[in-house]
Amino acid sequence: MLHTLVVYVEDKPGVLNRVASLFRRRAFNIDSLTVGHTETPGVSRMTIVCDADPAAARRVEANIYKLVDVLRVDDITDQPAVERELAMIKVAASHETRGQIIQLADVFRARTVDVSNDSLIVEITGSGDKIERLLDVLKPFGVLEMVRTGRVAMARGPRPASKLEDRFAGEDAHEEPGVSYSV
Amino acid sequence: MKRTGAQIIWESLLRQGVSTVFGYPGGAILPAYDAMTQYPMRHILVRHEQGATHMADGFARATGQVGVAIATSGPGATNMVTGIATAMLDSSPIVCITGQVGSKLIGSDAFQETDITGVTLPITKHNYLVTRADDVAPTIREAFHVAASGRPGPVLIDITKDAQQSSAEFDWDAAEPKLRGYRPDRRPAPVDYQKAIALIKNARRPVILAGRGIIQSEAGQQVVAFAERTQTPIAMTLLGLGGVAASHELNLGMMGMHGEAWVNTAIQEADLLLAFGMRFDDRVTGNLKTYAPHAKKIHIDIDPAEINKNVPVDVALVGDLREVLVELLPHVPVAEHVEWLARINELKGDSAVRDIQNLPDNGHLYAAHVINDIWRETDGNAIVVTDVGQHQMWEAQYYKHNTPRSLITSGGLGTMGFALPAAIGAKIAKPDAEVWVVVGDGGFQMTMCELATVMQENIDINVAIINNGFLGMVRQWQEFFYEKRYAATPLVNPNFTKLAEAFGLTGITVTKRGEVVPAVRAARNHKGGVVIDFQVEQEDSVYPMVPAGADLHAMIRRPSPIVETAADA
Ligand SMILES: Cc1cc2nc3c(=O)[nH]c(=O)nc-3n(C[C@H](O)[C@H](O)[C@H](O)COP(=O)(O)OP(=O)(O)OC[C@H]3O[C@@H](n4cnc5c(N)ncnc54)[C@H](O)[C@@H]3O)c2cc1C
Ligand SMILES: Cc1ncc(C[n+]2csc(CCOP(=O)(O)OP(=O)(O)O)c2C)c(N)n1
Repeated sequence: MLHTLVVYVEDKPGVLNRVASLFRRRAFNIDSLTVGHTETPGVSRMTIVCDADPAAARRVEANIYKLVDVLRVDDITDQPAVERELAMIKVAASHETRGQIIQLADVFRARTVDVSNDSLIVEITGSGDKIERLLDVLKPFGVLEMVRTGRVAMARGPRPASKLEDRFAGEDAHEEPGVSYSV
Repeated sequence: MKRTGAQIIWESLLRQGVSTVFGYPGGAILPAYDAMTQYPMRHILVRHEQGATHMADGFARATGQVGVAIATSGPGATNMVTGIATAMLDSSPIVCITGQVGSKLIGSDAFQETDITGVTLPITKHNYLVTRADDVAPTIREAFHVAASGRPGPVLIDITKDAQQSSAEFDWDAAEPKLRGYRPDRRPAPVDYQKAIALIKNARRPVILAGRGIIQSEAGQQVVAFAERTQTPIAMTLLGLGGVAASHELNLGMMGMHGEAWVNTAIQEADLLLAFGMRFDDRVTGNLKTYAPHAKKIHIDIDPAEINKNVPVDVALVGDLREVLVELLPHVPVAEHVEWLARINELKGDSAVRDIQNLPDNGHLYAAHVINDIWRETDGNAIVVTDVGQHQMWEAQYYKHNTPRSLITSGGLGTMGFALPAAIGAKIAKPDAEVWVVVGDGGFQMTMCELATVMQENIDINVAIINNGFLGMVRQWQEFFYEKRYAATPLVNPNFTKLAEAFGLTGITVTKRGEVVPAVRAARNHKGGVVIDFQVEQEDSVYPMVPAGADLHAMIRRPSPIVETAADA
């Protein structure tokens, strides 16, 4: 099954390489990996989607923790979370089909962000599923080009500590004693 | 105070308590070498950078302290790769310092430029590229902390030439590690203690699997206390040997591929396995599908990534072994397990008490006798450093280790060429200890250049070459599994005695059983390096043997004994 991990890392050169190398070396399957800045300077945030059974997911998590530059790993698979991907799809569009495509995009709450004589670009944000469904209906018109980001995710509701810095600086910087690794 | 980056390297190493480094110079590390002359540092000039890493590793395994190796960029750094991977797989704390081309040249394929942090990324616990003199001290301090804490491991620091040459303020106190995410200090959940205690209480046929974690957490005493209180027999991994005295009555001996037959059978019959600081290596478990099928499993390990990696366990206690056992011990009930211990004794039969020295001399010289004689002559008190192959297994079977850190061997990577340099490192770490190298004629030739280091540094070690004229362990596999087609395993060897003499050392040749003890005594009495060429039976095999991937109880036993040895029965 797909697991979604939110990984906070030091914003240092080579950290992405370390994480990616770990997945390759341990033969864990990455479905997608995205990385970007956070609200805290010096801390980057990755959303990693990987295919693993629950025990394997525990090991993925434990192995990521072993990287010295990793600050925190949250497996939010079972938490209520908002998960989004973004895609831009360039579709062949003639005068006749243009209106139809824009209408279809509207149904998916996608936006038309560029129009030319014989094509247009549709931008969509949503779950991977939703993007797949939009793609399905656009394919008959001719998909010329597509670019997709990986998944980003955020758990719903308040966080236990208000600021990342607080969480990494104090007591919480250490694994709360008493995390059970037995399954 | 202002210092150059090169000076800061030595200022920092001295403050880390380092008094000896193993290394080899070159252009990119030359500023550091030049600055070294200003500091009270012993530098051991090796003959190949692989040797430097194994020496640092041997130093670390002998003491538990961080060993340090140093090399130049490019080929110097890549020569370290095997030694770093060896330290990684056996969790040995070493710090490797390499020079790098100037920071402005990085990425330009400059002379002797290698991306060594990229190369070593998967075989180090962590690594660093330092491009500014300001970062030298904090990085070294952090590197030592990372290497030695939690589950130890190798750390590499690549320092550009300009970082060595430029100056920075040296402030050791300010260089304290500030690692926000790194958490080596794990403690188990209370609920898991409860679960473990319940399993221990209900066990009728428990076995402790004792690994290298015992040695690394210095938990020998606690393990013995646990075993005695619960009357639980102890099986050792190769890397655990010495962690619990071989002479202890509950110590069954080694498990696994070349473990004692009764040990593997006991594991297969057990109803509870207590894995203490061991990682269920495939040489230990054999076929995972049929491994210990009746047993519940409790795994105590400092590394959560080891839990459920190979063998699914019922309870995991993640933390330092000694701390966990101290916590656990008062809560485990006293037990007897009379029937179970009787059953194991029955499995042993009389083989365990049979003494191979009483077997008649049939004119052949066997490795088992050589190693057993070295054990007797040294009263089991030597540090023995072994290479990889048949002799390594015979050493594990016939040298009885009673103290932690008295066996140093490459288990996980199985690196031929490890023994001689690692022994040099061990001897330098423990100058008062008697150090023996037990090495095959194949592996010896992989790093024998370090005999020159023995000569130059006047290292007092004894080298026992178990010379069977073959890459013995591979020949054994060819005999068992490839119908004796000896592809590329016969060796034509140099005259090892003359070779030793060419290095200014003493060489002795032994071809008969009666010559073994006199040779061992001569070596012990001689100050300085001695090489003994034990020319042993060429086609002897290590028994018992669990073929790779086979069921643990499916051992190949010695067919018609040429020599009956204790482990064979
Ligand atoms: C030719 C050859 C044949 C071999 N045959 C055998 C054989 O027959 N039998 C055998 O046993 N081995 C054999 N080996 C060795 C084998 O490959 C492994 O290296 C060995 O079994 C690993 O032992 P280990 O798990 O105890 O040690 P390690 O691999 O060092 O693992 C130690 C474990 O302890 C944990 N640990 C470390 N510190 C602590 C701490 N403070 N607290 C708690 N846990 C800690 C670590 O996280 C790790 O999981 C052979 C090797 C070779 C080369
Ligand atoms: C560097 C390296 N290359 C190859 C091997 C594979 N290998 C394992 S044991 C062995 C034979 C060792 O022969 P020798 O050193 O003579 O020791 P023996 O087995 O005869 O005691 C070989 C080639 C290895 N472990 N390490």
